[in-house]
Amino acid sequence: MHAVEVRDVRKIYRRYGRRKSFGTLKSALLSGGVLRNLRPDTTFLALDGVSLDVEAGRTVGIIGRNGSGKSSMLKLIAGIGKPTSGTVRVSGRVSALIELGAGFHPEISGRENVFINGMMLGLSKAEIARRFDDIVSFAELGEFIDEPVKTYSSGMYMRLGFAVAINVDPDVLLVDEVLAVGDEAFTHKCLEKFAEFKRRRKTIVLVTHTLDLVTRLCDEAVWLDGGKVRAAGDPKRVVDAYLLEVVSSENRPRTEAPPDPAAAPDSNGAGRWGSREAEIEQVELLRADGQPAHVFESGQPMRIRAHVRAPRPLQDFVFGIGIFTADGVCCFGTNTDIEGGVPRELSGSGDFTVDIDRLDLVAGAYKLDVAVHRHDGVPYDYHRFLYSFRVASPVKDTGIYRPRHRWTFGGGITIAEPPGGQP
Amino acid sequence: MLANLRQVFRYRALISSLVARELKARYRGSVLGFLWTFANPLLLLGIYTFVFTVVMPGSRGGTRLEPYALFLLCGILPWTWFQTSVLESCTVLVAGGNLIRKVLFPAEVLPIVTVLTGLVNFALSLLILAAFLAYYARPVSAGELAWLPVIVLVQLTFTLGLSLLLSSLTVHFRDLRDLAANLLTLWFWGTPIIYSMSQAPERFHRLLGWNPLTHLMVAYQSVLFLEGPYDGWPALLWLGVLSLALLGVAYFVFDRLRDTLAEEV
Repeated sequence: MHAVEVRDVRKIYRRYGRRKSFGTLKSALLSGGVLRNLRPDTTFLALDGVSLDVEAGRTVGIIGRNGSGKSSMLKLIAGIGKPTSGTVRVSGRVSALIELGAGFHPEISGRENVFINGMMLGLSKAEIARRFDDIVSFAELGEFIDEPVKTYSSGMYMRLGFAVAINVDPDVLLVDEVLAVGDEAFTHKCLEKFAEFKRRRKTIVLVTHTLDLVTRLCDEAVWLDGGKVRAAGDPKRVVDAYLLEVVSSENRPRTEAPPDPAAAPDSNGAGRWGSREAEIEQVELLRADGQPAHVFESGQPMRIRAHVRAPRPLQDFVFGIGIFTADGVCCFGTNTDIEGGVPRELSGSGDFTVDIDRLDLVAGAYKLDVAVHRHDGVPYDYHRFLYSFRVASPVKDTGIYRPRHRWTFGGGITIAEPPGGQP
Repeated sequence: MLANLRQVFRYRALISSLVARELKARYRGSVLGFLWTFANPLLLLGIYTFVFTVVMPGSRGGTRLEPYALFLLCGILPWTWFQTSVLESCTVLVAGGNLIRKVLFPAEVLPIVTVLTGLVNFALSLLILAAFLAYYARPVSAGELAWLPVIVLVQLTFTLGLSLLLSSLTVHFRDLRDLAANLLTLWFWGTPIIYSMSQAPERFHRLLGWNPLTHLMVAYQSVLFLEGPYDGWPALLWLGVLSLALLGVAYFVFDRLRDTLAEEV
């Protein structure tokens, strides 16, 4: 049984560019023809023939870049707006967590808002009354429930919004990036609730940029790209494919760029510069089995291999690598000079390999620098942040570096499953 | 369209809660509370009464509009309901944009709530009218009073139709609100509210007859103020039929524009 059935859905948004924010009757009359003005100037194809089935009881994650149609898809499933063509069928009660507490009125109490918000989401008064205590206890509001909503902290506000929406007890729950706004405790609470939903065989459709969440929570992932389904199926596979694409399109070495030795790095710091007296032609990241990969298990080996070419022989050259976190913190950097290598000659083609026996990093996304430069630092070819990889790990520890470690306990402490079971 | 109408019916509990919320939220934290609703009509009442009975008493000719304040009240109260509903419905969808974009929610609920909130305020303001009637010891015949619910119902239908139409159109044409505000001023003076139908020159009666509100105001005045039987009811019933038609057309337009609302507000 399919809980959600989407068939060949196209959604065209109309844009009224000329009079976007100031559509007035006056301008419509002056430019001749009210009707003509009701016609859009440009159209935007948000979804282009998307088909998608979600079986009842499954959790599906929709991923994709900004503007790929994820949120449009979710809104159509929620019934906010209709597809331009195609059909969307949903069986059972739907609740959409698109914006938490969207209908709250600041002047009246939380209690009254719960009733009104619940009714907006399709509950009857009696149903809300029955669930009222659950809602208040989930939102951790206590006495505050009878205060006007304007006195709430943003956390209280969100918790209450979430509590109402989740207590609609939907058969299909639609979630759009709501977890991105909360603090750690709130996120944790929401995830617990989702897990409970899963246990109760409810259907969840999740739109998120937190890819980690997709691989952890979802039974299936759908990758939307330019309004079309690029890939669907096993979340790990889809997420990996997506990451690979993001990396190769955003971080591809810009060989076609003009050979300007002073090319400035772009906004996120990534870029390529240097005199090109020596060129790094290719960089590969390989797993233990020698296969190129994008995702590496924490604690497993990683091999970085680079192909280099120098049109004319060089005697002064240093190879270097650097590993950075996604937000640019250097985890490790080294070069052949630091480690005592004395260059003799680089001519024609060659390659170098850096073997990391244990990639002791916590799970996350990392970026890589690869460079060849003169001993005094003047670059021949510097690839800044042009490569990226992910470290995966079953353990959700935090930080950057994960040393090999183990826990032992003595005395009156008993732990059922000893933590730190490292490979 | 019928399915949508059923949905509106399904949302009636929500509509009534929203009306209660509107009333509550508006008066919470204000000293005079709901008396503010009557501040404006009472102010108008005071001004017009002063102008037409003290400043230029001759302007009302030899008609027997006594007490003038009571006559005025019969027109100003329903007018206030009409005017605030129409003006507020011009902005209600844009103001509630967050709801329309983020929650599955029949948008027509918002203008309906606006009009119904106005109706509740109007009903409360009838208490003031009752006080005036008692003060002047005006007899009101029960037979005529039976017309009152009909008149209110016709006005409700007419106002709902206009509000639905305007609320969806103002999303596309934001200056309709300014247009409406000015037209309402014109409309006020073109309706027998501060003057009676019999005071208006004969040659304008036809013109005034084209104004739907004329028949409503005349009805209120006849039932609550003027002596003698109310004989304008055929026009009122006709207006009722036309109002229903207007409501139908307005709902059709609203329904057609529905899908554009979430994108435009």
